[in-house]
Amino acid sequence: MTDPKSSAPVELLTFRLSDQEYSLDIMCVREIRGWTRTTPLPHAPSYMKGVINLRGTVLPVMDLAERLGLPPREHTDRNVIIVVKYEETMTGLLVDAVSDIIALTSADLQPPPDAASAGGPGVIKALTLLDERMIRVLELSEIVPAPQSDAA
Amino acid sequence: MSAPDPMAEIRASFFIECEELLEALQDGLEAMAEDTGDLETINVVFRAVHSIKGGAGAFGLEGLVRFAHRYETVLDAVRSNTLVADGDAIKLFFRAADHLSDLVRESRDDGILPEAEGDAILTELDALLGDHGVEEEDEAEIEFQPLGLSLDLGLADLPPPAPARFTINFAPEPEMYETGNEPYMILRALAELGSCEVTCLTDKIPQLNEFAPEASYLKWTVVLTADVQEAEIVSIFEFVDGLCALTIAPIQSDAPATQEVSNDPLPDLPVLPELTPPPARAAEPAPPQTPAPATKAKATPQSAAKSVVRVDLDRIERLVNLVGELVINQAMLSQSLESSGLSPHSDAMNGLEEFQRLTRDIQDSVMMIRAQPVKSLFQRMSRIVRECSAAVRKDVRLVTEGDTTEVDKTVIERLSDPLTHMIRNAVDHGLESTQNRLAAGKPEQGVVKLTAAHRSGRVIIEVSDDGGGINREKVKQIATEKGLIAADASLTDTEIDNLLFLPGFSTASEVSDLSGRGVGMDVVRNAIQALGGRITITSTPGEGTTFFISLPLTLAVLDGMVVQVAGETMVLPLNLVIETLTIDHSNLEQTRPGLNVVRVRGEFVSLFDLGVELGYRSAQDSYLDAVVLLIADEAGSRAALIVDEIQDQRQVVIKGLDESFYRAPGIAAATILGDGQIALILDPSDIIAQAQGSTLAIAPNLMELTS
Repeated sequence: MTDPKSSAPVELLTFRLSDQEYSLDIMCVREIRGWTRTTPLPHAPSYMKGVINLRGTVLPVMDLAERLGLPPREHTDRNVIIVVKYEETMTGLLVDAVSDIIALTSADLQPPPDAASAGGPGVIKALTLLDERMIRVLELSEIVPAPQSDAA
Repeated sequence: MSAPDPMAEIRASFFIECEELLEALQDGLEAMAEDTGDLETINVVFRAVHSIKGGAGAFGLEGLVRFAHRYETVLDAVRSNTLVADGDAIKLFFRAADHLSDLVRESRDDGILPEAEGDAILTELDALLGDHGVEEEDEAEIEFQPLGLSLDLGLADLPPPAPARFTINFAPEPEMYETGNEPYMILRALAELGSCEVTCLTDKIPQLNEFAPEASYLKWTVVLTADVQEAEIVSIFEFVDGLCALTIAPIQSDAPATQEVSNDPLPDLPVLPELTPPPARAAEPAPPQTPAPATKAKATPQSAAKSVVRVDLDRIERLVNLVGELVINQAMLSQSLESSGLSPHSDAMNGLEEFQRLTRDIQDSVMMIRAQPVKSLFQRMSRIVRECSAAVRKDVRLVTEGDTTEVDKTVIERLSDPLTHMIRNAVDHGLESTQNRLAAGKPEQGVVKLTAAHRSGRVIIEVSDDGGGINREKVKQIATEKGLIAADASLTDTEIDNLLFLPGFSTASEVSDLSGRGVGMDVVRNAIQALGGRITITSTPGEGTTFFISLPLTLAVLDGMVVQVAGETMVLPLNLVIETLTIDHSNLEQTRPGLNVVRVRGEFVSLFDLGVELGYRSAQDSYLDAVVLLIADEAGSRAALIVDEIQDQRQVVIKGLDESFYRAPGIAAATILGDGQIALILDPSDIIAQAQGSTLAIAPNLMELTS
């Protein structure tokens, strides 16, 4: 986590989920792909959309909105999959649409007031303002669980 | 001391070389044990130990050098016919070889060297040499009595042990430095033999302005006083053979200690062919003080050495992955071309066919890169047999066949544990005690046989013993006592034999050191199944027991049956599918509402809808005319799975799912289909277990199937 007092440059990829704006540190984003049909996994939690073929590797895809507890909605062609890498695990995050890449300094990021972390503790790492819109910065380690070592 | 990186690399390659040398050592000893060895065999054995010693010296692995040196001394005695290697001696050599490989391993891992065991072996080794054994003091502890005869022979050939003096003229060629040899090491080794007077001749060193940095200007004259054979001195120079001008001349006791012309050429080592072709030798400038530089006979040319490249396994993995993608891409391409309505006789289609053939060939070749002969595995087993048989005091011989059979590297690695277990079982439980063997009219020496062969795209490994066979009465009794079967169950012989695979089954009446701790054949079977293999057992009372393992050649591809379920394409491992059938009124029965069985050849098998079990759809109203796959896992539990359609039977490239953080029950792995979509590979035994309402942990069976 970056120290909010310092002013290190931060680049964020912003995207929309059900009319809310979220963002991720660009350094963990590997690529952005258009929506392709996923192969569903049996008995998976509902946010697990399944797996897709990412140039020969099997990539699990989760619906970020459902993962954060937002109401489910129809998938459209504008939906994209953000491929992120957390530690050694690659994961696809399905979002409604990618908006922009913004450059800030860490001084622009505010720690969320505790009550504001709607998606559970720790999911929102920070908040920032962009043209009077609030943008939520997500903490990837809270979204992508560490690989399970034992069989579920 | 932290070694810098390049050194670590050299060190690593030394240990890789050690593995090969140890393998050669084993081979040689085996040949000697079977009496098929000739002079060359003992030379190979000697050279292996010697090379390990040499390399170990360079890395300062003192413990290893010490053991190898004395081992080598004894082998040298065998080589020079001063010692006859009889059965007991060979057994000792095997033990020493085992110990040597332990030392190598411990040295590699910076572990603690098992000194005590080494000292015991060394004492015995020295005992073989008798009086003239190096550093031999514990005469009282000689265990090998019957060697008196050979000892006499040995002594007769030896010169009287009076300190001899030698003059050694040593003039390195530039090539010697280029190959990384260091005169200091050689001189130091000489000094270890006895007292040395070393003179460095610097008269060749030119003026600084004429000094060529890579030329060799220094020469040494050494007067060595030591109680050694000339051959021992020569062996010090073995590594620089051909890279230096060298003369070794014994100084007669009456002769003054001046340089003497050696008329005899050096006792050369024609029987020690170099591992690599000797480098071309530059014309030797004759050192002034040696008018007759000894010319050494070149090593006998090596029979066309196989050239081998050592490749990092990661690179091969990447290649395998790439080829996997190529196969998938090719399938995608052909699918799209076919759907474009192109004429099958068009150039594009013809080219595609060629492309298909090529990708297949490439895939096969790449898989072959990963393949390794099972020899290394088998050699490890022969050690297990030696150790086990000594522990249970049985005389056991391991016979191996098909050492050269090639199997995927991962398979070999993961076979080691189950095979070790089975071999131990065979020695401990399979073979009778020596008295019982003699009573049964069998030879005293028991035989455990290990064979490997390729058969119809799979690898067959058999472990058999010529022991008493399975005591079925006892097996059944134990199974009943342990509550594994009902007391009144009537079982066929095969069924009784298969009881051995049940968890927690152990026939040993008492727990022995080797086996019989209750972790038994079920562990073996799980391990084999995890490799996508099968294990079966046959036994004939009084004649022995055979375990029969069938394995896929590789873990990277799988023969699968491609089926359609609830709109999803799935793959079932073909080796688990027994047969396919359709449901009609005559074979569908209901045992209770919600549970159906299907009748197959007079047997009832539980019927499951795969789509429902996977949570893809709710139960259908009618399953009439549905396609059913009858599957069985290795445990023999069977189930009938309803699918919508069977599409194909084909090889699929296995893609691991283990990187995903969600482990889907009933799914072993995934593959990529021709259209680029991912299809899941099912783990049927898991599905069966789940469907039967088992809340136990998921069977590990196919969960670990990752490429």
